Amino acid sequence: MSLPDRQTDIGPPHYSKFLPPVIAKNYGKWLYHEVLSAGTMVHVSESGEKVYTVRAATPRLLSTDRIREFCAIAEKHCGGHLRFTSRNNVEFMVDAESKVAPLVKELNDKKYMVGGIGPRISNVVHTQGWVHCHSAATDASGLVKAIMDDVHEYFTDKELPNKVRIAVACCVNMCGAVHCSDIALVGVHKTPPRIDDNNVKNFCEVPSTISSCPTSAISPDPAKKSVKIKLEKCMYCGNCYSVCPAMPIADAKNDGIAIVVGGKVSNLRSDPTFSKLVVPWIPNNPPRWPEVTDAVQKILKAYVAGAKKHERVGEWIDRIGWEGFFRETGFEFKYQHIDDFTFARETFRMAATFKWS
Amino acid sequence: MSKKHDTPLLDELEKGPFPSFVTEMKMAAKHSDMSNDLLGHTELCYKERVTHWKHGGIVGVRGYGGGVIGRYSDIPDKFPGVAHFHTVRVNCPSGFYYTSAALKEMCDLWDQYGSGMTNVHGSTGDLVFLGTKTEHLEPFFAEISSRGWDLGGSGSALRTPSCCLGKSRCEWANIDTMAITNDITQHYQDEMHRPAFPYKFKFKIAGCPVDCIASIARADMSIIGTWKGPIRINQDEVQNYAKKMNIQAEIIDMCPTGCMAFDGKSMKIDNANCNRCMHCIAKMTKALRPGTEQGATLLLGSKAPIVTGALMSWVIVPFIKMEPPYEEFYDLIDKIWEWWDEHGKNRERIGELIERLSFPRFLKDVGLDPHPAMVKEPRRDPFFFWDESDIEK
Ligand code: HEM
Ligand code: HEM
Ligand code: HEM
Ligand code: HEM
Ligand code: SF4
Ligand code: SF4
Ligand code: SF4
Ligand code: SF4
Repeated sequence: MSLPDRQTDIGPPHYSKFLPPVIAKNYGKWLYHEVLSAGTMVHVSESGEKVYTVRAATPRLLSTDRIREFCAIAEKHCGGHLRFTSRNNVEFMVDAESKVAPLVKELNDKKYMVGGIGPRISNVVHTQGWVHCHSAATDASGLVKAIMDDVHEYFTDKELPNKVRIAVACCVNMCGAVHCSDIALVGVHKTPPRIDDNNVKNFCEVPSTISSCPTSAISPDPAKKSVKIKLEKCMYCGNCYSVCPAMPIADAKNDGIAIVVGGKVSNLRSDPTFSKLVVPWIPNNPPRWPEVTDAVQKILKAYVAGAKKHERVGEWIDRIGWEGFFRETGFEFKYQHIDDFTFARETFRMAATFKWS
Repeated sequence: MSKKHDTPLLDELEKGPFPSFVTEMKMAAKHSDMSNDLLGHTELCYKERVTHWKHGGIVGVRGYGGGVIGRYSDIPDKFPGVAHFHTVRVNCPSGFYYTSAALKEMCDLWDQYGSGMTNVHGSTGDLVFLGTKTEHLEPFFAEISSRGWDLGGSGSALRTPSCCLGKSRCEWANIDTMAITNDITQHYQDEMHRPAFPYKFKFKIAGCPVDCIASIARADMSIIGTWKGPIRINQDEVQNYAKKMNIQAEIIDMCPTGCMAFDGKSMKIDNANCNRCMHCIAKMTKALRPGTEQGATLLLGSKAPIVTGALMSWVIVPFIKMEPPYEEFYDLIDKIWEWWDEHGKNRERIGELIERLSFPRFLKDVGLDPHPAMVKEPRRDPFFFWDESDIEK
């Protein structure tokens, strides 16, 4: 079988080829939208035309057969058009209200979770984990599944004071966008890479191993024809393991999960903010990580009880103070919570005003 | 294919209402040996609580320096199906819209050349085809490129730009995010496919300050739609909202700048003091709309915590019209990249370089005038420098 001629530097297909007709016709003419239910919304155009959107969760890791099933649903209800959201949901759009119910019914019948719109928990932004990455200190897909099973009512039904954005990154490289989420889980290693001197000698190129380290923690060990690590400089990023397989960093007993909260990226009301550390380490307990899902529930419960309508997690904490947050959730405050990194001085309390916890 | 491995731990993750990634792997395993071994491999990672992947050499397609992530198992003898399990990043169309015909065609090719597993989408926005062998890379690329698809970015290159769906379905979009994203992607094909930067560079484009694509936190250049002039108010609709919400508590009192007033009849906004946070517009979608003089704010510099701490992008151009052919924009990008290329160390992001050499110096070198919108507050110390030209001789 001969292959077709390859082309290069053509870029992606132009999006106009894929737009549903009602979207193409009303492009740039939308007037307003209304959230109709947890999983449906309507956008109304200046022309009076409407587009109804139905949103459902996906696990992001999809088989081709699942994509074909989405395609079949799109063909049956939406003229063969569909889209995905930046938070891994799939969206089906129809141009008349009468077409919504049959579409929702089919999705429900096929056991899809319809929801994620409005002041709720949407799908989880996450990375590769044990399914595909060598740096991973935890799995991402399994954590997402365990958490979303636990909070599914906030996706499909129940409202919160405002949206709660959850994210998972499986190591400190954070190939996602975790650091600015209402609740984020980050895989952390507690121990530096272990050097197998013999294998370094045989399998690794010393100069490139040294230059792979972002903190310059690695230096040559000429006697052993190997390398050594300055422990106080290592930030457990696993970069050296990428170039030198004789320096594994994974450590079953000491790898685990940190939880950071209170971040957001939108400019609504308050500035975008980074998430801050609330739990420095929870051991990996696959397949369902019950200690992690418990901690997430604790945060949600305190937020629901304490936040005013429209306050995001971070805005609520801003109002009650971080000392108030530790009081409300009961999390233990440890040395690790106090910053000793780049921005440390800005975080010290240079005032006598604080609340008793 | 018949079942090859028992997966008692992963089976636990097929229970519960949220769609299961394990079910997806099992579906792919029905017709792929690779995915069959992926199941066993992942089960072992769960059992031992460590990853079994390793790096191991750069792979790719001819003429390209990126777009493929090499991935190998560290126990290939036990799981030959994932001995090589490389990722192919395919550049998404702007806005993530698809037709079933296009997706099915890609699925057929992936079943032929890969594992049948995908990420829709990867965190950068690419369509990620997860798991193939080195020898299948070239044929897969020939098949998809001949059908109008191309690879996304990886390595020290421009990464696949991505955007919110903007004007296609959102009334708040102040710029045509999808058109801009497509234009940038086409304009910089070489920068994307042949890594020549000190490190990665990302564009993310949001239509308004709600920033549904999280551009401010994860793009070296964040392009965020905004407006000048008054918020458009439909007073009749304000009256309708007054019947169903507490406008004073939910809108007026939550406006961060205290620039709104409502006397029970009409709403007033002191637009000079509005900072365009979007709260009122987002909560009263029928009554309020962004102003009509629309464009974008350009922000630069965000990056993850590695190495010296995370940054969010900060303002470098308060307002720019983003209309084709985007000359002023591309001129600025070229200047920024030139400056980064000249001064940046290997693996130094643009935000880190500006921190190292100073923001004022960056502004001078790329020809941008200082503006109060660029900072939260002026400096606190008296340790500043002057140019020769500022000194009386
Ligand atoms: C109160 C705050 C927010 C409001 C009112 C809001 C509003 C909206 C609306 C109306 C949409 C639908 C746009 C459309 O599809 O027509 C949307 C989509 C979305 N928003 Fe937000 N948003 C908020 C905060 C956020 C934040 C903080 C994030 C991310 C961290 C976010 C991420 C998204 C994503 C990923 C989508 C889907 C975009 C897509 O379809 O690709 N939103 N948001
Ligand atoms: C559980 C914790 C976290 C997770 C899961 C996470 C995840 C992510 C993800 C998925 C991205 C998007 C990457 C992309 O698509 O381009 C990202 C970007 C980013 N995150 Fe986080 N993050 C976490 C914590 C943090 C923290 C604590 C900070 C800062 C203090 C931070 C700062 C950033 C920044 C600045 C970016 C933009 C990064 C870049 O493009 O280099 N993140 N994060
Ligand atoms: C030095 C630090 C980093 C290393 C060694 C690293 C390594 C990797 C590797 C090996 C993968 C491939 C995962 C796989 O499919 O097997 C990956 C994916 C990715 N990385 Fe990184 N990364 C680093 C930093 C970052 C940062 C700072 C960001 C952005 C904030 C980022 C964004 C991404 C994204 C978006 C993906 C695609 C992941 C997905 O969709 O799940 N990476 N990275
Ligand atoms: C033009 C600039 C400034 C002038 C003329 C100025 C002048 C003064 C004067 C006259 C005092 C009272 C000293 C005394 O009699 O005890 C004082 C005290 C003080 N200034 Fe400033 N100041 C200036 C800038 C600053 C700045 C920029 C800071 C800090 C960021 C600062 C921090 C303080 C502090 C902390 C004190 C109290 C010192 C003490 O009592 O230990 N000043 N300053
Ligand atoms: S966050 Fe870490 S473990 Fe996860 S995909 Fe990125 S580099 Fe790999
Ligand atoms: S884990 Fe990261 S910081 Fe530590 S030695 Fe390796 S490359 Fe350096
Ligand atoms: S960023 Fe603004 S314009 Fe874009 S989808 Fe979100 S709300 Fe709409
Ligand atoms: S956009 Fe924000 S700052 Fe401006 S009037 Fe509305 S709530 Fe106030």
